[in-house]
Amino acid sequence: MSANSWTIAAARAALRKGDISAVDLTMSCLTAIDAADGLNAFVHKTPDIALDQARAADARIAAGGAPSLCGIPLGIKDLFATKGVPTQAASNILKGFKPEYESTVTTKLFGDGAVMLGKLNMDEFAMGSSNESACYGPVVSPWKVDSRQLTPGGSSGGSAAAVAADLCLAATGTDTGGSIRQPAAFTGIVGIKPTYGRVSRWGIVAFASSLDQAGPMTKSVRDAAIFLGSMAGHDPKDSTSADLAVPDFEAALTGDIRGKKIGIPREYRLDGIPAEIDALWQKGIEMMRDAGAEIVDISLPHTKYALPAYYVVAPAEASSNLARYDGVRYGHRATLAQGDGITEMYEKTRAEGFGAEVQRRVMVGTYVLSAGFYDAYYNRARKVRALIKRDFELAFAAGIDAILTPATPSSAFGLGEMASADPVEMYLNDVFTVTVNLAGLPGVSVPVGLDAKGLPLGLQLIGKPWEEGDLLNHAYVLERAAGFVSKPAKWW
Amino acid sequence: MSIDIDTARKVAKLARIRVEEDRLPDLARELSGILGFMEQLNEVNVDGVEPMVSVTPMRLKRRADVVTDGNIQDQILKNAPDAREGFFAVPKVVE
Repeated sequence: MSANSWTIAAARAALRKGDISAVDLTMSCLTAIDAADGLNAFVHKTPDIALDQARAADARIAAGGAPSLCGIPLGIKDLFATKGVPTQAASNILKGFKPEYESTVTTKLFGDGAVMLGKLNMDEFAMGSSNESACYGPVVSPWKVDSRQLTPGGSSGGSAAAVAADLCLAATGTDTGGSIRQPAAFTGIVGIKPTYGRVSRWGIVAFASSLDQAGPMTKSVRDAAIFLGSMAGHDPKDSTSADLAVPDFEAALTGDIRGKKIGIPREYRLDGIPAEIDALWQKGIEMMRDAGAEIVDISLPHTKYALPAYYVVAPAEASSNLARYDGVRYGHRATLAQGDGITEMYEKTRAEGFGAEVQRRVMVGTYVLSAGFYDAYYNRARKVRALIKRDFELAFAAGIDAILTPATPSSAFGLGEMASADPVEMYLNDVFTVTVNLAGLPGVSVPVGLDAKGLPLGLQLIGKPWEEGDLLNHAYVLERAAGFVSKPAKWW
Repeated sequence: MSIDIDTARKVAKLARIRVEEDRLPDLARELSGILGFMEQLNEVNVDGVEPMVSVTPMRLKRRADVVTDGNIQDQILKNAPDAREGFFAVPKVVE
């Protein structure tokens, strides 16, 4: 097995034993990346930075006491500001933007000795569930079962494809409504969205600030625990970052969930969901029961209203956050006609720079925040959001330790298949994941099986706030019971 | 609530996104579809519910009101589409 296909945990052991150098490990990823341009996952490659970081990591490992991520080659979603390296959120409006600063997450990762292989494709401004709205063109999933090209999911589609195709050991993702968990489920990898406030948002291009949270996308639950430990922690530069100690998430993986109460929310049994998804869910329930957990039917009565509430709150925040792209301080500015003033400059720049879905969401957000509609839409959505959060609080207060649900309503679909669909149909991809962002809770997607077509399916576990360690331990039990080892056959 | 063409034009203007006249009917229809989806929220009884303002209960931190950064004019202007003499340049604003 070539080194690029290793887990973080396996690479950590090999690096420490001296079985491989960080430079050789990095080279094996760079070689795999260069052979995978057909996936369109890496959109800005940084081999020089990677090799410099790998050499430094080798010296640090040789000196002893290096952190777990030292020498581990990672992919970084294009949403994270990386100093001197293109960072454009897959949008033409940020074309040519090279930040003069480094995001807190990448600063922490590099501080622990991690290696950056390059920037990863995504949906424009993280708005999408199929990675088809990127200015770089769509990402192609490494999974292929017929003549079609499939979506890796979105918005962190480049991250998911790169990890599943072994172009890197792990990747950063961000999740506003399911953008880590849905692509992880579509590509057979692990993805965790931490509790809101666990990971600093500073230096991550903002979409919806009260929902956005960064997290790891990895080949195993253990890797997610290791990676999250490096990303997480208080940051004075993000006023919503929690001033809490970061526990040792890896140490929480005991594999023992005996006596834990797993909630099965009845509102997640949706009409029209494929029988395979339901069967997978039942299988997951049996696995948790066999591991000694108690299965409890629960009710989260406001679940049905999560999607419409999300599609008010997220566009509202996006319309405000994206107001900064005005062609003045960075990125694209439209060529102006004789006599055009500053308003024409804004309007032409934003029309040229933003793609169709981003424009649509900015305008929906503008509408729901406009005078006369603020109470009817935005304030009502925030009230419903409070009720959704309370549903979870009541379940946890009644003794539930974790909640098990499907991660997605289907397996991956073909690129272009949703092109003629109503925007709302695409939004339904988020039906199982979006509640978690609204409530600020941690949620993890774990690959559990393949459908009849041979495509990965995942289950989602939802945990209590700040209890990512306990949540990952539940995920670890599910991962071991499921024994998912399938990999996409290389065709690219 | 259905969005008419005049409302679509007004929203585009407020959002500072240029939309050509011939695109407005499509835009109005798309926005109407999305807002129609949101109408479900009217089924929920929200009497006495406070709108959520903070995702996790926390008190915003205070800090001393002092300058901690600065003297980085070159870095700030470096990505500007048009910077001149230490300023961002834009079309004439005041007649």
